[in-house]
Amino acid sequence: MLRLEGVSKDLGDFALKEVNLRVNRGEYFVLLGPSGAGKTLLLEVVAGIQKPDRGRIYLEGEDVTERPPERRGVAYVPQNYALFPHLNVYENIAYGLRIRKVDRREIDSVVRFLADSLGISHLLHRKPNTLSGGEQQRVAIARALAVKPKILLLDEPFSNLDLNTKLKLIEDIRRWHDEFEFTAIHVTHSFDEAVSLANRVGVMVNGRVEQVGSVFEVFSNPKSVEVARFLGYNVFRCVEVESLGLNYDRGEYVVIRPEDVLISDRGLDATVEYVDFMKFSANLTLNVDGIRLKALATINDVLRWNVRVGSKVKVRIKRYRVIS
Amino acid sequence: MRDYVEIFFVILGSFLLIYIALPIAMLIVDQCFDIETLIAILRDEIVLNALKNTFLTAGITTLISLTLGVPLGYVLARREFRYKSLVQGIIDVPIVIPHSVVGIMLLTTFSNAILDSYLGIVMAMLFVSASFTINSARDGFLAVDRKLEDVARTLGAGRLKTFLTISLPLSLPSIASGAIMTFARAVSEVGSILVVAYYPKTAQILVLEYFENFGLRYSRPISVVLIVLSLTSFAVLRWLLRYAKARRSV
Repeated sequence: MLRLEGVSKDLGDFALKEVNLRVNRGEYFVLLGPSGAGKTLLLEVVAGIQKPDRGRIYLEGEDVTERPPERRGVAYVPQNYALFPHLNVYENIAYGLRIRKVDRREIDSVVRFLADSLGISHLLHRKPNTLSGGEQQRVAIARALAVKPKILLLDEPFSNLDLNTKLKLIEDIRRWHDEFEFTAIHVTHSFDEAVSLANRVGVMVNGRVEQVGSVFEVFSNPKSVEVARFLGYNVFRCVEVESLGLNYDRGEYVVIRPEDVLISDRGLDATVEYVDFMKFSANLTLNVDGIRLKALATINDVLRWNVRVGSKVKVRIKRYRVIS
Repeated sequence: MRDYVEIFFVILGSFLLIYIALPIAMLIVDQCFDIETLIAILRDEIVLNALKNTFLTAGITTLISLTLGVPLGYVLARREFRYKSLVQGIIDVPIVIPHSVVGIMLLTTFSNAILDSYLGIVMAMLFVSASFTINSARDGFLAVDRKLEDVARTLGAGRLKTFLTISLPLSLPSIASGAIMTFARAVSEVGSILVVAYYPKTAQILVLEYFENFGLRYSRPISVVLIVLSLTSFAVLRWLLRYAKARRSV
């Protein structure tokens, strides 16, 4: 469906370095990465807004590297939605069809059908600046879907939305994806979004796509230190953490998921340095013999072992990975 | 507590404000005591013709500045290139050159081709007033989020269509206020027209001529007519612009 081969682009602040990527038809692909990793730039290159310095882009088997955006059939929803402020919602959704000189009645039926599916029928005559963030996002997606794009690019679609709006929209996007069977690349720095939406994920760090796979695969088995660090793992050079008593024959780094650091009745001695409570869990920072270890504990464990700042606990490392 | 600094600033500013408003008011008030001359002037074929010439040439000047200046403004807003600051400097130069000198420069360059002709008037006006349209078009385009253009293109609009359907409508208010300034500047131009095209007679030149030949009493009524027309068209255009802006944001 979409294939990037050795795509490089240097914009100074942002860069893509030899990106290889393949997204399959009908797939919902989530590209994860910290800010500044080049995620937006990647979308712009796929959309044709930025031309790569090197490398090729194939869409449905055709080389589209030299094609301008208007002849690619790639719809792009930027982070700020970029609704046309001088057009009402109806005209925003109809824009691509009007440009294609589609028959009025057909435009009308497409706009009304999409507005209905996306739950924005009651907004059709409103101007974008009178809409809430969530409504704007729906209009932007409707406008993109109206032209039946080969691929839909979503840049941080939930970053400006409050939690409830976001959860509702995630649910809806999942439904629309089933209903319209579009192919999507969704860019975000949030794991939650990836978990709830992605068929596959890619992790991008410093302009490189470091790892691609199923959500479970990538999250449980980071291939590089950069990916592990981005996913929130504890990352240590092996030589630094000999006192943890882990078994690493060959390899340079050892990475440990915070969930795999368990508070227990036996094991290593640790001092609690910091506790950050969340709904059903707590992020802990533990000090084991001078090594700072991030741990994720359930509230039950916190109560059971009487975890507070300064208290002494015992920890066990259930699982870890060695990366060479 | 009272903000004495602000009060002080307001007082200082008021002097300037009164200084600008007073002569305008005095001109009109004074004329009210001499309605006969005003009526006589308004019946004077020469005066009416001169007024027509002024507004006609200023209108044409504005149209030309729009046709040539808006594309230039777009390029300045969207492209980075070498010597861009030089280009920007050239655009702003007419504001700092004395207008009589502008006339001399134009005559030196185009000589008899523009001497005493409508073309000459329009060229003189264009030289001194085009920068308003160019600069406000540029500012208008700069205020249009580039992402809007990007999205329009991914939706299938080519460069020109994107410009016509997105960039241009969104910067229209800014372009319009630039055009109003260009028009106003053109109407008020004297120096360069005096050098380049004393004929066909424009109203602002006629004011000068009547002043020299007949004195204040006969030049004043034309001035009044000119200023009332200018201020009214200026006000109406501004009001239209504000009305259009208000409608858009509903």
